[in-house]
Amino acid sequence: MSDTRNLFNKVWDLHTVSELPNGQTQLFIGLHMIHEVTSPQAFEILRGRNLPVMYPDRTIATVDHIVPTTSQSRPFVDTLAEGMMSAIEKNCDEFGVTLLDIDDERQGIVHVVGPEQGLTQPGMTIVCGDSHTSTHGAFGSIAIGIGTSNVAQVLATQTMYLNRPKVRRVVVNGELKPGVFAKDVILHIIRKLGVQGGVGYAYEYAGEVFDRMTMEERMTVCNMSIEGGARCGYINPDQKTVDYLQGRPFAPKADEFDKAAEWWLSLASTPDSKFDDVVEFAAADIEPTVTWGINPAQSVGISENIPSPEQFDETEQVGIAEALAFMDLTSGTGIKGQKIDVAFIGSCTNGRISDLRQAAEIAKGRHVADNVKAIVVPGSQLVRKQAMEEGLDKIFEEAGFEWREAGCSMCLAMNPDKLQGREICASSSNRNFKGRQGSPTGRTLLMSPAMVTAAAIHGCVTDVREMLEPAGV
Amino acid sequence: MNEIKQISGTAIPLFLDDIDTDRIIPARYLRCVTFDGLGEHAFEDDRKQDPSHPFDQEQFQDSQVLISGRNFGCGSSREHAPQALMRWGIQAVVAESFAEIFFGNCTSLGIPAVTCTRDDLKEMSASVQADPKVAVSVDIETLKVTVGDKQYDCQIAESARNSLTSGRWDFLGLLLEKQDDIKQTAGKIPYLNNFAS
Repeated sequence: MSDTRNLFNKVWDLHTVSELPNGQTQLFIGLHMIHEVTSPQAFEILRGRNLPVMYPDRTIATVDHIVPTTSQSRPFVDTLAEGMMSAIEKNCDEFGVTLLDIDDERQGIVHVVGPEQGLTQPGMTIVCGDSHTSTHGAFGSIAIGIGTSNVAQVLATQTMYLNRPKVRRVVVNGELKPGVFAKDVILHIIRKLGVQGGVGYAYEYAGEVFDRMTMEERMTVCNMSIEGGARCGYINPDQKTVDYLQGRPFAPKADEFDKAAEWWLSLASTPDSKFDDVVEFAAADIEPTVTWGINPAQSVGISENIPSPEQFDETEQVGIAEALAFMDLTSGTGIKGQKIDVAFIGSCTNGRISDLRQAAEIAKGRHVADNVKAIVVPGSQLVRKQAMEEGLDKIFEEAGFEWREAGCSMCLAMNPDKLQGREICASSSNRNFKGRQGSPTGRTLLMSPAMVTAAAIHGCVTDVREMLEPAGV
Repeated sequence: MNEIKQISGTAIPLFLDDIDTDRIIPARYLRCVTFDGLGEHAFEDDRKQDPSHPFDQEQFQDSQVLISGRNFGCGSSREHAPQALMRWGIQAVVAESFAEIFFGNCTSLGIPAVTCTRDDLKEMSASVQADPKVAVSVDIETLKVTVGDKQYDCQIAESARNSLTSGRWDFLGLLLEKQDDIKQTAGKIPYLNNFAS
């Protein structure tokens, strides 16, 4: 009989250690990534119980959330941040965990580093004390964000308890229009399914649009699964996945790579695979998308107007009114043309080389509007280096963008990069929550890196498609 | 670990939807290596912008039960969020639904996070607003939330309920009991064994 399990269930079953009488699965974790913010308390738990890290070679650490993106010389000016650096350095040293520290050229945002180094591979179970761990699902792995108690459990036992989620296949067929990017696809899906639509589900993204996407585009999509409530999102591995991994430092080598590739491809869901739910969207319906509210489902296409509370279900109207008031945006006016103060290009969602290339293409030969502060923060030191080899830093600087060092930066503003007061930011990051970018009253408009660049240049939300065509055509 | 079956006391109403963990504890307070002192910063930015925020109101200061709306605890995986609530004094959360990572983090800390219908939550919230001293209890054995003399049905994932009521929510301890099984599973995972078929 043929195996009708989807990829998710095949990988889950393979990693099942035991089952609790209460129905939870003890799942073996193939790769545990840690960073400075959610790990120190976990190491303290291990110390308290006198436990070692069970599989230090399945664990890797980097620093990203709190690192400054201007001067990175030590000690950091922020003494609290410096204290966290010392803590992760001491913990990794004591427990035998490899740390890609600030002075290591492999350092960067944990979800950029994993794929870049070939640590992230199909068929793995991957966890990290960070909700955007879903990014790694782009390779056909089960990748989920966990809390600090779980970090301690995985450090000590390489396992944790989880309830097996249902699997929803999210299909997007057809062809994306020019100027519509992976970011727009995932913002559209979240808008349609809601911020809690994915609770209890893993999302399998399938269909022509995802088949055509590059690995980096797939990472952008999977990254924001959690914004739709799905703790995990994935795309079946294919030849692109295999090609991406070939030659990466932590990928298998030589004959072993061939054996690995064969196994990876064998995991993909098939036409016979069963799903708990299937939803479909048409690529042609997706426009460049921009958020107007305080959660990532509160978005519209660039040609649409900002909605009014009456357009929503009665139970949602209070929340919509709260969002509009906080954002100080007016129902019935276009999102296009809304003024911005800051432009941020970066984050684990859109801080990879292809994102910077797209942004640079728009920025080239143009200039950031007066009164707009625009910064570009590469997702890793290697992305930064690659971009500089391609001359992207020059393009950005000539256009009036600040070119920074690698880190999470203004996505969550745990470092000195913060909005001030009521500033409004066009951002390629993943969350537009109240206060997310460092000012309690600061405001965020999420969009693709190309759209952020367009907004930076015009000083207001702009349809990037109008800037893509060569002049005079 | 102690058995957690019932939380009793008074409640604090925060009947809003999609309360994210950045709002519960702003990211700047994550610059720390322990969870100490997070309680006083719970909802700090919301409180500064809303002088009538329930977390600042005298009558709710000693509450044990937080009442909220849909998708409570969405966003970041930061365990600092339930830690901040717990250190503020919250011992149980009643809401229409929870984000998954937040729910798991609550269970790890021994905080029952139970769901009720929207209509029931609205009524509970109004009762507590009208009488902040009204006795509230969350019972995960009987699956009832009691507000004064009124009782409501509630739900919680069976796995969490079972762990909390039996006192078996030291998950690290349970996982450690399975050392041999862990090694045996590792032995059959292709990428841990050179992809040997």
